[in-house]
Amino acid sequence: MDYIELIIACIFVNNILLAQFLGNCPFLGTSKKMETAVGMSMAVIFVLVLAGVITWLIFNYLLFPYKLVYLRTIAFILVIASLVQFVEMFLKKSIPGLYAGLGIFLPLITTNCAVFGVCVLNIDKEFTFMQALVASFGYAAGFGLALIIFAGLRERVLLARVPKPLQDTSIALITAGVISLSFYAFRGMV
Amino acid sequence: MAKSIASEFTKGLWEEVPPFRLVLGLCPVLGVTTSMKNGIGMGLATTFVLLCSNILVSMLRNVIPAKVRIACFIIIIATFVIVVEQMMAAFAYTLFMDLGVFIPLIVVNCIVLGRAEAFASKNGILKSTADGLGVGLGFTWALGLLGAVRELIGTGSLKGDVFGLINWNFQNIFGSSFEPFGFAVQAPGAFVILGLLLCAMNLIPSK
Repeated sequence: MDYIELIIACIFVNNILLAQFLGNCPFLGTSKKMETAVGMSMAVIFVLVLAGVITWLIFNYLLFPYKLVYLRTIAFILVIASLVQFVEMFLKKSIPGLYAGLGIFLPLITTNCAVFGVCVLNIDKEFTFMQALVASFGYAAGFGLALIIFAGLRERVLLARVPKPLQDTSIALITAGVISLSFYAFRGMV
Repeated sequence: MAKSIASEFTKGLWEEVPPFRLVLGLCPVLGVTTSMKNGIGMGLATTFVLLCSNILVSMLRNVIPAKVRIACFIIIIATFVIVVEQMMAAFAYTLFMDLGVFIPLIVVNCIVLGRAEAFASKNGILKSTADGLGVGLGFTWALGLLGAVRELIGTGSLKGDVFGLINWNFQNIFGSSFEPFGFAVQAPGAFVILGLLLCAMNLIPSK
């Protein structure tokens, strides 16, 4: 498969948040402010590309040859958890402002379905190493794009007069539905 | 004592029903609810993991050192997820294929880790069992409801079974002139319908 086609497919057509529904907790949690949304996107891009590559290597050179495929879930989650720990220590030392801004959501990347889901998808779709690398980046970029668009819209929605029962999460989900609908238009492109 | 165990059980069913009241673990809620049977199947798989992990975490709560507790919880949860994965692949293969990536994803479901951290690591085995079962079944009915609404609007019928035990089949509930609204079973519909359901839940006053 052509890499450019793959990247477009991952960012727009199979957008990880809006079409595959992975990583929705941070999607709703960090999107109230643009700043945290940007920070979260960066953190996810960094962790996701690393995790995607490392889990691919572990699966194809460790689990598969030794017939340990059934251990996939536990192996992947351990890799991701240690990676997140590493990123956390790195940010705390070098960019404390961003670290404070991300707060609880950085450790929560461990339980971010998007990271884990992409690692599993890379294996399920039987990607080659380069495809896995490109797809991980594409999915992560799609995550960032959707999160930042959503944060921008949500800042506006905060100023609007929304009926009481619809407030907060309810209107946020409907807004997400509208963005999802616009991404839906890309279907059939690839 | 018996009363408090019962209340731990029922709070998961209504007051703190996960996706509606707590807005946690949304990925499977949106991803698998294209039909009622997928929603219920996913809910039951999650309930099993939640129940087992709650019991084990509660049993080990005085053994696990506080500093590495999250890692321990995740390993416990991952183990039970592998059990569910293997069992479903063996005994419920079509459902396993329908749910796809969302079965291994139970391991990163915030609800399961959340209950282990917030409840099972602080309470006894009986209470944790009641809590796990309550929250799990609450999650199941929420998924089933969302799946039913989406399937009804999107296809006009309800059809399916739970592990071959219970069957249901209602065709053309709205009559033959009903035109299925495909939007509901597509990706955007998931967000909008869950948003509207949350709105409906907000209209019902909580205690």
